[in-house]
Amino acid sequence: MFRNQYDTDVTTWSPAGRLFQVEYAMEAVKQGSAAIGLRSKSHVVLACVNKTSSELSSHQKKIFKVDDHIGVAIAGLTADGRVLSRYMRNECINYFYTYESQLPVGRLVVQLADKAQVCTQRSWKRPYGVGLLVGGLDESGAHLYYNCPSGNYFEYQAFAIGSRSQAAKTYLERKFESFMDSSRENLIKDALFALRETLQGEKLTSSVCTIAVVGIGEAFHILDQETVQELINEFEIAGEEAPVAEPAAPDQAGVAEPAAPDQAGGAEPAAAADADDDNQAAPGDQGAAPMDM
Amino acid sequence: MTKQQANWSPYDNNGGTCVAVAGTDYCVIAADTRMSSGYNILTRDYSKIIQLADKSVLASSGFQADVRALQKVLAAKHLQYQHQHNKQMSCPAMAQLLSNTLYYKRFFPYYAFNVLGGLDHEGKGCVFTYDAVGSYERVGYSSQGSGSTLITPFLDNQLKSPSPLLLPARDAVTPLSESEAIDLVKTCFASATERDIYTGDKLEILVLNASGLRREYMELRKD
Repeated sequence: MFRNQYDTDVTTWSPAGRLFQVEYAMEAVKQGSAAIGLRSKSHVVLACVNKTSSELSSHQKKIFKVDDHIGVAIAGLTADGRVLSRYMRNECINYFYTYESQLPVGRLVVQLADKAQVCTQRSWKRPYGVGLLVGGLDESGAHLYYNCPSGNYFEYQAFAIGSRSQAAKTYLERKFESFMDSSRENLIKDALFALRETLQGEKLTSSVCTIAVVGIGEAFHILDQETVQELINEFEIAGEEAPVAEPAAPDQAGVAEPAAPDQAGGAEPAAAADADDDNQAAPGDQGAAPMDM
Repeated sequence: MTKQQANWSPYDNNGGTCVAVAGTDYCVIAADTRMSSGYNILTRDYSKIIQLADKSVLASSGFQADVRALQKVLAAKHLQYQHQHNKQMSCPAMAQLLSNTLYYKRFFPYYAFNVLGGLDHEGKGCVFTYDAVGSYERVGYSSQGSGSTLITPFLDNQLKSPSPLLLPARDAVTPLSESEAIDLVKTCFASATERDIYTGDKLEILVLNASGLRREYMELRKD
């Protein structure tokens, strides 16, 4: 995208009918680290890459609990994301105060989208520079939405945003048809695999990522580091190929019992074993030297 | 020409009594379940108690519509606190919040007579007692509502520090055991029910201790 004379103001149209400031805001989302969401009939999993800018600093918070039944993962300007999360939390609290029932996810994302739209039509404002993956549960089931800085929102079965999200999206596009009926464990597993795609060969450990789950009978919560590491180990995700076809499960040393039936009984399409090497930076490279964080 | 008077009141008194007693590692909060208006009983089965946080339980008598509104406001404020601080509010913090919330409506008060019970930072029982506009104090025991005039003297006799002249008169947490305290509270209500027409039907008791929250019920006279 080139700099031009129509991009100074958010309220200036270009001759081609574009609002460049809004498009630049969407670029900011692409610069943020990856965030991924998937959903089944009963659960939504949000996962994101959490890299520190230096070894000395702490991780940036990219997943926020909005209410017991809604959570959000962000990519882009984290400060904007924080402010929007606070807005969403207040909306949920106020709705519950008035109606004594949970704010439906679909209503919340519309309010969020309208709020974002305001910033695209005021000369003294700027668009929010953050993309939000909103995952939640309401009476009509589990939902995953993506809210854009432009004020648009879409519902998804699975989606990824942020840098190198295309790799994750490619993985999700292959698998998404099975998600609706996926079990909670398989959904988390797929999230971890998709997350690994964005790491481009780097080792997936619980210190690089954050996972959160919400589901029927399960309030939104972020999984703690130990649990995530156990899941990564159990699914042998760190440097292994995706579980497209793995009849040779027993040769993975020390695999816990639940992992085997998971892989055998999961709703995997019976694709050939070489189908997934287009996204593998280092296929079968177990124990490859991890990049410095 | 005489001054114009209102021909209706925004308030009503739904009666009822609340009691709380603090122990060394527990707190007992109790209230009857009768809801009245004038000489009528509206229901025999209405709870005046709500758990606001892990370690804070609020019992309120007075005008139940205001009580309910107050409970909702506090619950919403508590949710916000949890989002901001990533933890539950402590009982002393909730006590201050309740006081501020009540004073906020100093010129159109919540007609609610509150007793807040829970565990403090050290795990000891704590009881805070309020008036309608937020004046509050930490005490070892308290009673509010229509039966309070009957119950408070009895609790003073049983629980108050025996020699206020020697020490500053501070109600310490009672040395009674949890079950003794519960029996004491049951006795209080049995007596109050005899003479206060607005107290009766059923007694709801909540016990807060290190292992969590427990609920108990006892039948009271229904006349």
